[in-house]
Amino acid sequence: MASKLQTPLTVAAYKSDVHNDWCPGCGDFGILQAIQQSFAELALPPWESMVFAGIGCSGKVFNYMASHGVHTLHGRVLPFAVGAKLANPNLEVIAVGGDGDGYGIGAGHFVHAGRRNVDMAYIVMTNEVYGLTKGQASPTLGRGQQTKSLPLPNTNDAIQPLALALSAGYTWIGRSYAFDGKHLKEMIKKAIQHKGMALLDVLQPCPTFNDLHTTEWFNKKVKGEGENVMVPRIFNVNDQGYDGAVKDPTNADEVNEKKSKAFEMANYVGERNPVGVFYEINLPTYVERMQAQVPMLKQYAPALMPYQDASHLPTTDLSKVYDEYLF
Amino acid sequence: MKVVNNFSWMIGGPQGTGIESSANLFAQACASAGLWVFGKREYHSNIKGKHSYFQVRVFDKPINSHVDDVHLLATFEDSTARLHAHEVVKGGALIYDPTKIMLDDLNLKSGVITLPIDFNTVLRHVAEVTGEDYGKLAIMKNVIAVAASMALLRMDISEMEETLNRLFTGKKARLIPTNMAAVKKAYEAVEALPQEIHNQFLYHLTPNKKMAKRLLINGASATAMGKLKAGCRYQTYYPISPATDESNFLESHPESGIAVVQCEDEIAAIDMALGAATTGVRASTATSGPGFALMQEGMGWGGMNEVPIVVFNYQRGGPSTGLPTRHEQGDLMFSAFGGHGEYPKLVMAPADIDDHFHVAFESFNYADKFQTPVMILNDKLLTHSLQTIPPFQESGLVIDRGRLATPEELEAAITEGKGFPRFRPDAKTVMSPRPYPGQEGSPYWMTGDEHDDYGHITENPEIRIKMHEKRLSKYKLMLEQIPQDKQFTLKGEKDADVTLVCWGSTSGLLLDAVEPLKEKGIKVNILNYRLLHPLPIATEKILKSAKKLILVESNWGTQLGHLIRMTTGVFIPNQVVKYTGRPMSLNEIVDAVEKLMKKEVKPEVDPLTGMTIEKVVLTYGL
Ligand SMILES: Cc1ncc(C[n+]2csc(CCOP(=O)(O)OP(=O)(O)O)c2C)c(N)n1
Ligand code: SF4
Ligand SMILES: [Mg+2]
Repeated sequence: MASKLQTPLTVAAYKSDVHNDWCPGCGDFGILQAIQQSFAELALPPWESMVFAGIGCSGKVFNYMASHGVHTLHGRVLPFAVGAKLANPNLEVIAVGGDGDGYGIGAGHFVHAGRRNVDMAYIVMTNEVYGLTKGQASPTLGRGQQTKSLPLPNTNDAIQPLALALSAGYTWIGRSYAFDGKHLKEMIKKAIQHKGMALLDVLQPCPTFNDLHTTEWFNKKVKGEGENVMVPRIFNVNDQGYDGAVKDPTNADEVNEKKSKAFEMANYVGERNPVGVFYEINLPTYVERMQAQVPMLKQYAPALMPYQDASHLPTTDLSKVYDEYLF
Repeated sequence: MKVVNNFSWMIGGPQGTGIESSANLFAQACASAGLWVFGKREYHSNIKGKHSYFQVRVFDKPINSHVDDVHLLATFEDSTARLHAHEVVKGGALIYDPTKIMLDDLNLKSGVITLPIDFNTVLRHVAEVTGEDYGKLAIMKNVIAVAASMALLRMDISEMEETLNRLFTGKKARLIPTNMAAVKKAYEAVEALPQEIHNQFLYHLTPNKKMAKRLLINGASATAMGKLKAGCRYQTYYPISPATDESNFLESHPESGIAVVQCEDEIAAIDMALGAATTGVRASTATSGPGFALMQEGMGWGGMNEVPIVVFNYQRGGPSTGLPTRHEQGDLMFSAFGGHGEYPKLVMAPADIDDHFHVAFESFNYADKFQTPVMILNDKLLTHSLQTIPPFQESGLVIDRGRLATPEELEAAITEGKGFPRFRPDAKTVMSPRPYPGQEGSPYWMTGDEHDDYGHITENPEIRIKMHEKRLSKYKLMLEQIPQDKQFTLKGEKDADVTLVCWGSTSGLLLDAVEPLKEKGIKVNILNYRLLHPLPIATEKILKSAKKLILVESNWGTQLGHLIRMTTGVFIPNQVVKYTGRPMSLNEIVDAVEKLMKKEVKPEVDPLTGMTIEKVVLTYGL
């Protein structure tokens, strides 16, 4: 975790002066703004913060932040970000990327990041398309659906990223919506503050290529329970009494119960879109696990470990190691 | 006539029956007796059952190679005897189990001494005197084979005891009495042989107790030590032969503080190491061909973002899964030209096991100095070969982190408020200042897209030219700034009749060949390329003034030859290659050079160049 600024900076201090070239009306604007607000409210020093991004329209977030911004490779945002966080846990590291980036080409890394429980937030912009390559189906688009650029309806089934995250071992799993700024910002803050690997999946309209699930579509009320009852399509499960947080991680029954509920919620099918915190548990992070095995890591992050003296002579003493091999 | 301390021993057996540990035992006993050893390990990509063998050559001077002759073959089952008996020279000996094999079935040369040992009877005896369960003692057959060998070589039993005491410590110490019981029984059995047999066997090992201590080590461990010394504290890997041993070594030394992360694949391995490197830690990864192929996109990113990173590629037989546990030098071209687009990469190969340590140490300095990926080409031969070498020379090792951001530059970035100009070329050094995240004023951007001074994406042609040229100008700097003796070496005879040109593990072999070739009236020197890409142009003079050149490589295509021709215009038509997955032996190379010198090789046309070549293709070895 980065240190906290004594005097918090304004949101503007987290904005770079790079021209933003997303299409007008793109949900990514909402997500970027919420990230910048969260950083400001958490008083993160920009120089101790690293935003790692995938490749896609979403990936450009890296360049619009005035922290360290790292545009990685398509699908590889998690290994890059994990590498940095493990090398220097004092930094605030977050990963962001598209749904194609994270759940498609990067699906292997997505799963294994869950197993490690590195203390960082991963924000995925789910727009059901590959925006930057002009609108092909992404892994979250349902079978039979045909967005604007598809010559034929989609032949693959959609994955359920939150259910996948649950199986993979993510210790904080939530969803939000790009244009619900308030909720989104709070969710980003929670994901960052959670000690462990957090997945925040953000529903993101792509007005250019996703003509099925547009901002208007998200805003539309749908039929609720009872006659003539209309309810907002997006509903916050935490407002309805759902609590996915495990209170006692050592209680297997509680863990199982919360996981099953979260799994059910993650697989929700229907007219509405649930958002909120689906699951949360406090488990040892990867750094803590490494520290248990490599005690020196408690004292120093790998990036800060001493290995040379003032005249640049190496200080690592290998004499004990050599002894094993000396005859 | 007695032959003292010039000896080649082989032990073999199905994988999983302790062949490697028995070879270690033998090599350690020889090493602690003050002798010089080179041990070569051959095994299948299989866990249990397939044939494996280990050859240990012992000499009274430092050696870097094996010979095909076997002076003593130690076997305890039938397959090794069947496969290798013909390699035992006249005057040499075979240890075998008469209950397992009939001598008539073996293709033995005449004059080979045969020593029958009924291994099960020895084991039964061990069970009796120690009270151990006979059924669990089968694994000790190889210790018996080692002990019988030592007895025949007239090494005192105390050498064995000393080595076992050292080998089995802690919890394993309880294994010593059983092992010693087996050793004693084996010594008794050999000593009981008719004196005539002892007289016939000419090979003796005589300890040299005055010898200063030396390391008995393989290339994987030497590399790992060099990394630790250099301050590498972040290592990623995905399991693959023969690279895994290095990561395993590092993970076995948690006291060093190194974080070793086993990744989900090699893509993650390179990208995690890159992510780590952006924070300032010296980071690295180790892999072999298939994994190296997966890492190409990441390495290009490192080149584009000027990230210091070192990738160790432990070459094995390719292409594809190829020969997973066998030797080859097949990845040179791939390393030099891999990846899409153009970025500067530095490719080096260690010349011998000692050099594994030094190349590993230096590689981090070069990665930092030139802010670009460095690739180290190790190969299976030295990765797994055990060799006695003098302790590493640590004096003179200096850490160089290259061009880092100064406090003034960080201050200026804060004042300017535009981010840190991480990619702005420094007028003097070309290299741009590198800040570490966490330093106030440090924020900058990194992207695989073309970018400006701050790391903002741009497609502006002028900036593209500036940045592309800046990055690629590092090639020139590498050749200018890496000391010439670190780029290549010329060793061997003065006024040589022929210059042998090589890289990597073949270098040590060729050094060993200088004397035997001299005895045949051929004076040779050896030009070894340590820096392979960019190839040292300065070698042009040596190549052009040599009386004759012979290229020696463990691949089909003479990959170094092509790089030399590309760089210097010199084409080397005389070639010795081997691509069976087995390394060249000393006698093979001596014969090949002699043949080429005597013009006994039929010229042919090289399909890749259309040039007439004289090429010796070596094939020996199982
Ligand atoms: C290895 C590789 N394959 C393909 C591409 C081309 N590519 C760039 S972005 C992209 C898809 C982006 O989709 P998504 O991750 O959903 O992000 P979005 O643009 O929708 O935000 C693809 C396929 C690439 N850059 N790298
Ligand atoms: S294509 Fe879609 S996702 Fe990409 S910038 Fe335009 S609206 Fe946004
Ligand atoms: Mg997308």
